[in-house]
Amino acid sequence: MNQDLSRLTAAQLSELYRKNACSQKEALDSVEKNILVRDRDPRHIHAYVPDRPRCPIHRKADKASPLWGVPIAVKDNICVEGLETTCSSKILKNFIAPYHATVIEKLLDAGAVVYGQTNMDEFAFGSSCETSCYGPTRNPRDPERVPGGSSGGSAAAVADHTAFAALGSDTGGSIRQPAAFCGVVGIKPTYGRVSRYGLIAFASSLDQIGPITKDVRDSALVLGAIAGHDPKDSTSADVPVPNYTAFLGKSIKGKKVGVLSDGELKGLDPAVRGAAKEEAQKVMERLGAQVVEISLPNMKHSVSVYYIVAPSEASSNLARFDGVRFGHRSKEARSLLEMFEKSRGEGFGAEAKRRIILGTYSLSSGYYDAYYLKAMKVRTLIKRDFDEAFKKVDAIMLPTAPSAAFRVGEKTQDPLQMYLSDIFTISANLAGVPAISLPCGFDETRTGKPLPIGLQFLGRPFQEEVLFQTAYAYEQETGFHKKIGNVS
Amino acid sequence: MSAKYLTTIGLEVHVQLATKTKIFCGCAVEFGSAPNKNVCPVCLGLPGSLPVLNREVFRLGLKAVLALGGEPSALVKFDRKNYFYPDLPKGYQISQFDHPLGRGGVIEIPSGGATKKVRLNRLHLEEDAGKLLHDQLPDSSVVDLNRAGTPLAEIVSEPDLESPEEAYEYLASLKSILRAVGVSECDMEKGQLRCDANVSVRKNVSDALGKRVEIKNLNSFKAVKAAIEHEVTRQSAALEKGEVLTQETRLWDDDRQKTFVMRSKEEAHDYRYFPEPDLVPFSVKKEEIAATRAALPELPKAKGERFMAQYGLSAYDVQILNSEKEEADFFEACVKRYPHPKTLANWMTGPVAAYLNAKSVEFGSLGLKEEWLIGMAELVESGAISFQAAKEKLFPEVVEQKKSPRDVMKEKGLEQVSDIKQLEGWIAEIILANPKVVADFKTGKDSAAMFLVGQVMKKSQGKANPIKVKELMSQKLARV
Repeated sequence: MNQDLSRLTAAQLSELYRKNACSQKEALDSVEKNILVRDRDPRHIHAYVPDRPRCPIHRKADKASPLWGVPIAVKDNICVEGLETTCSSKILKNFIAPYHATVIEKLLDAGAVVYGQTNMDEFAFGSSCETSCYGPTRNPRDPERVPGGSSGGSAAAVADHTAFAALGSDTGGSIRQPAAFCGVVGIKPTYGRVSRYGLIAFASSLDQIGPITKDVRDSALVLGAIAGHDPKDSTSADVPVPNYTAFLGKSIKGKKVGVLSDGELKGLDPAVRGAAKEEAQKVMERLGAQVVEISLPNMKHSVSVYYIVAPSEASSNLARFDGVRFGHRSKEARSLLEMFEKSRGEGFGAEAKRRIILGTYSLSSGYYDAYYLKAMKVRTLIKRDFDEAFKKVDAIMLPTAPSAAFRVGEKTQDPLQMYLSDIFTISANLAGVPAISLPCGFDETRTGKPLPIGLQFLGRPFQEEVLFQTAYAYEQETGFHKKIGNVS
Repeated sequence: MSAKYLTTIGLEVHVQLATKTKIFCGCAVEFGSAPNKNVCPVCLGLPGSLPVLNREVFRLGLKAVLALGGEPSALVKFDRKNYFYPDLPKGYQISQFDHPLGRGGVIEIPSGGATKKVRLNRLHLEEDAGKLLHDQLPDSSVVDLNRAGTPLAEIVSEPDLESPEEAYEYLASLKSILRAVGVSECDMEKGQLRCDANVSVRKNVSDALGKRVEIKNLNSFKAVKAAIEHEVTRQSAALEKGEVLTQETRLWDDDRQKTFVMRSKEEAHDYRYFPEPDLVPFSVKKEEIAATRAALPELPKAKGERFMAQYGLSAYDVQILNSEKEEADFFEACVKRYPHPKTLANWMTGPVAAYLNAKSVEFGSLGLKEEWLIGMAELVESGAISFQAAKEKLFPEVVEQKKSPRDVMKEKGLEQVSDIKQLEGWIAEIILANPKVVADFKTGKDSAAMFLVGQVMKKSQGKANPIKVKELMSQKLARV
């Protein structure tokens, strides 16, 4: 076989399987070979958690299933039975998950091969994949730059052809922003669309698992496999899952797409403005869509609200890492209190500690009303903004991030700047609406390699099919997935 | 102590709801299993696991709210109570904070010969924690998480109780109601009912309430009473000496019968309650409330009133035989087969109650059969055995040997003696042996005759027919 299988999309690989033109082993070998080559590269991308054996996990399934035999990598915060699952945190080192997350069960039932666990910001706290206890992941488009975060490893693996597709999780943009930085496609589904059972929680009311893929078709395929009600997750919705791929190729003529006024789209890098606003509007008009200006007046509060709500929930979710039953336990402790304090002190990294302290403070008696309660009220207002907007339009179009990928180390000393890089992604999590990011151009204004720019479509709850339809039309019209080299 | 202090008590009671499985997972709720046998990723708080509410917990909780006369919440919502402890797997307890399942309600208790209404503040649902074991390893403690996730209802009273006795009665009434509706077994031995008491004292009604002291670790009704008594004495003595009391939490030591400081107000936890994002709040339909209310079994109070009206029982009878649902149901089943309610009630309040008291067991564990009680009542009515012999000799034998009363009576030779000759023989012996008592009788002391009758009964080991003995005795004494 002369063809480099690793450069195929999941759908293309599946097509070869159907024709009996390649074997599952050949597909696995093709990505494994790439991983080994990267490992020897001095400017190592580090998409996977290092020094952890990768063994393919699969089970008997219908060969006709579109994901049959497709190797899929998973973020290190999704439990895979029998494998170490650590959220890239020292505190969970040596924790072997005793059960599969529901999404893993679903992937295996669909015939996919779970292969490899990807690096991430510790506990998904970050936008650059630099807070991992295993060291940073780098952007395969330019290793001087970050891949985005927190699902940076998943996005880098897909962009670097070391995975056909990957699962990420998105609490404030953690799928979409790395997808944008690495030039691939990522979708954060509607809250409740995908089961969170087995996803190690960051902020329970915001977290969603979603696919990171080379193109929109693969995104629709993978989401179709993992979506649906799960009796083990009370927040998962009992809403039927449509056949997403049936919407690919449907015209978006006459669809109304909302855009924000320049006044509401502040702080954009010029290259991003050019690609994800001006050019994107032209593309949509070419496709026959009607571009309508809308307003999301409370979106400007989304970062503030998010950094109250998410750390509050996180401070509680991370309380179980106490050294009692699993994970890191300090050897220095001489009393019960010291066991808690030292185990956590040694186990958590700086950003995790920062967020635990932020959240603990926001929930404390005397501060609760001013912080958590107020934030929840503004969250409701943000949700209402979306309800209003979706009365007028079928989808909202936004840049995924204010800039293309920034340099490694550029924002690590300035948490606030780091937090602001999620300004356009956070509101979808706060409102619970689905959002997809796909490549829409390049930033060529900087020295070094051209960097991908991401465009986001946000939709009504449980209407991911509209996002796939729209994003697919955009992708086919512009062909950026090919220009970037995701698809051969 | 010179001054009399007024006591104010509020009780926080945790009862285990009688479900087969835990509140947020499918693990069995079992007492006495091997450590860490009934556990899964959810109740172990493993990373990535999520709670799913066991609807039966909600249904039992709703029953409890209605049985206690409370107002059910229209919205069922859970919150997280955050604190670190090794027996708390998630580092937070899922509980209910601002929307308890029920608000208000009343429990009626007997107090000083009258009925007193004790108001309830709230009832909320929550999960239990695990258990620390300190005696398994030489220098460390171990955790058993079988109990983690066991469903609990916490029932908080208003500070309406004014004495240790009232606290005791409150617990007894609460237990009787919850058992009657099948919400909880309330077995304190198995930790199914646990109680914390808030106690304060003050000098005058017009004074503000004193500093509240919370007492924990009260593992029996007796302990509740003893701890409150001790605490009232301790607080009153302190005030008497001019000391200032502080708000604090104290631990009851049952061996030493004392309370000890556990933590002061300054050390109190900030639990950082916030809505549990892993559980979706849901509303309770009015129809469901109405249907639950309609399906409630007869409550102890209504049953007691009905027993008095229907069977002509006294308030005393009812208080005793209606304190446990099993006992009341047993009584009623017996009445159906042997329609002499007052006779049966006398059996229940006499021999049965005396036996239960002496052995400190509950009626449910007695294993008494309807035919046995009816059989004993019939033997007494027919004159085959005296009531006294039946109470003291026959009843214990029947329940311990699990045999029919007639067989036991014969085996043990307990038949009543009505034979005149035999009786007269015993009477003669007693009169001869007690010349001084006979002389007393002659001087007009009527009680002397009763004493002599009693001596005859004793002599006969309770077998003599007391009516006949009385008759014969008075005839004999008249002739002496």
